[in-house]
Amino acid sequence: MNNLEKRILMNLLKIRLVEKQISERYAEQLMRCPVHLSLGQEACAVGVCQSLNIADQVYSSHRCHSHYLAKSGNLKAMLCELHGKRSGCCGGRGGSMHLMDVSVGMMLSIPIVASIIPVAVGAALSFKLKKKKNIVVVFFGDAALEEGVYHEAANFASIHNLPIIFVCENNKYSCFTNIENRQPNDDFTRFAKCHKIKSHKMSGNKVMEIFYKTKDIISSIKKNPSPFFLQLDTYRNVEHCGPNNDDYLNYRNNNEISYWLQNDPINLYTEFLKKKKKLSDKTLDKIILKLNKEIDEAFLFAKNDKFPKIDTLDKFIYAQK
Amino acid sequence: MHKNKRIITASEAILESTEQYLDKFKNFIVIGEGVNDPKGIFGTTLNLFKKFGNTRIIESPVSENGITGISIGLSMNHFKVLLVHQRVEFALLSLEQIFNNAAKSFYVSNGTHKVPIVIRMIIGRGWGQGPAHSQSLETIFSHIPGLKVLMPSSPYDAKGMLWSALEDPNPVLIIEHRWFHYVRGYVPKKNYKVNIDKPALLIKGNNITIVANSYNVTEVIFSSKILNKFGIYPEIIDLRVLRPLNIQLIIQSLRKTKNLLIVETGYKQYGIGTEIIAQISENKLVDKIKSISRIGLPDHPTPSSRSLAKKYYRSSKEIIYEVVKQLNLNLELKKKIISYYKKKLPSTKVDVPNPEFKGPF
Repeated sequence: MNNLEKRILMNLLKIRLVEKQISERYAEQLMRCPVHLSLGQEACAVGVCQSLNIADQVYSSHRCHSHYLAKSGNLKAMLCELHGKRSGCCGGRGGSMHLMDVSVGMMLSIPIVASIIPVAVGAALSFKLKKKKNIVVVFFGDAALEEGVYHEAANFASIHNLPIIFVCENNKYSCFTNIENRQPNDDFTRFAKCHKIKSHKMSGNKVMEIFYKTKDIISSIKKNPSPFFLQLDTYRNVEHCGPNNDDYLNYRNNNEISYWLQNDPINLYTEFLKKKKKLSDKTLDKIILKLNKEIDEAFLFAKNDKFPKIDTLDKFIYAQK
Repeated sequence: MHKNKRIITASEAILESTEQYLDKFKNFIVIGEGVNDPKGIFGTTLNLFKKFGNTRIIESPVSENGITGISIGLSMNHFKVLLVHQRVEFALLSLEQIFNNAAKSFYVSNGTHKVPIVIRMIIGRGWGQGPAHSQSLETIFSHIPGLKVLMPSSPYDAKGMLWSALEDPNPVLIIEHRWFHYVRGYVPKKNYKVNIDKPALLIKGNNITIVANSYNVTEVIFSSKILNKFGIYPEIIDLRVLRPLNIQLIIQSLRKTKNLLIVETGYKQYGIGTEIIAQISENKLVDKIKSISRIGLPDHPTPSSRSLAKKYYRSSKEIIYEVVKQLNLNLELKKKIISYYKKKLPSTKVDVPNPEFKGPF
């Protein structure tokens, strides 16, 4: 494994293991906020974020755990936030759907569908006005394209040639509702073309392909600033909101589920490395053990962290100069 | 009255303040639908793009929610943004961004993300504006913690409050009544700040406290001048700042006058008056109140036809009648005041601003 391959492996596994632990520990009722887990969608975040540098900015939505971790957001601050604790990345004010770590360019997550998109476009406009060479990435799901504000923001980004990548993670479901019941077609590049934005549709589970594609997009944006729309087709492994699998409700068919399980992004990547003799089972186990140790420590930290002081309840309503 | 001092309209004052702020701060952007067009938002942004270029004065697509989000994104990246809507109703399409992101980001981010944007929006009135171009919706915005809501009533405040709003690190909404744009008054040439955290005592009096906002302040002053002729001296408070609401001045005045009339530009039900009166009564802030009353719009949409609008809008007539009623004046005095009022203003037009109302005051 070269450094890049290792970094990608570590990132993928870290997100997977954190999400798994959240899922397993959720019933303890110490994390009392809704969670939208990224299980199954890790490669989208890692593939894109590995090609960014620290001054590039990421904006996300309700399903933001993977983006936060892929952009090197602080793990302890994330878990404290889920526990509603003082050292949370929002001091316990946001919960799972508002993850941010400005120090690494993970700027903001907003749960209202598509609400984050124009904010990210505004950030891209600030880069252009300040003649910065950085990129903004905004992650959202397939349902965001059904919101008018996506189109308002995409149109604006196009006419002003802004350095932004719109990354649509298509997991096919808005809660329980399949894309077929919401849109006539699941090729969303049509929503880029109509705004004269360059676009590409690809698998969201093949992390290296996403990484190389994003690198190309970024180098093209840096030469010639303009927005790009990237559709990543993927699948979530657990329910829309919560720690469990909800396939007993029969809203997703078995063939579909087994297809995506066979194409699990972590397995695809580890199998690829193993085939190339770059990774052994033993090394993989060692990495998992090491990561779990870090994650256990972060959970313990969050458990032991204090709750925010009650007298801070009405702090930060208005900023002083 | 400021004799021999420069008198300009409120819209000219707004333009001047904006231009001076553009001169002072390089990272200041003006954005909106029509900011670069030949009419420049009723003159308030006229020709600014010629001086500052269209990367600082940005003509926007018709995407209210989108440009509000974009302004928020800019402001989180160290820009100051003035967003302008020609009608309050256009901003309704952006309530999602204003309420969820502008108002809350500082709180939710535990003090990390400031959102220093100023949103100007204009209430239409007259010339048959009708139900969707004339709403006075300030209380909707005033409901939300994290926002500041201002309604200037004089050109002096228009310039100074805009400057203070632009210097404020919070999202500030300035709601301007279209007829207020015509109001004339003294405005210093040099930029200046005025407070944006409390109402102002405009005219001292003793019989009754009248609280008004925006254009209604002009109507109240006109009414008061008539009442003065009959020995009635209302104390007039310009509310100016709806959020954060500070009612100290109103309480002080009411302790003296014992009578309170609130005249608002919006609906009476769930209005500004409702909140002020509730705060006064539930906290038992004033003893021996004699009378309390509200004047606001009736409970139905604004009709377009001027014949219907006549009965819809409230003006000096309703204010004078209400004061006479509240103070329980004797019949003879009542008749005298009303007949004087009718002579002074025989036919109040509700669909064009009355020439008498230009100020300065």
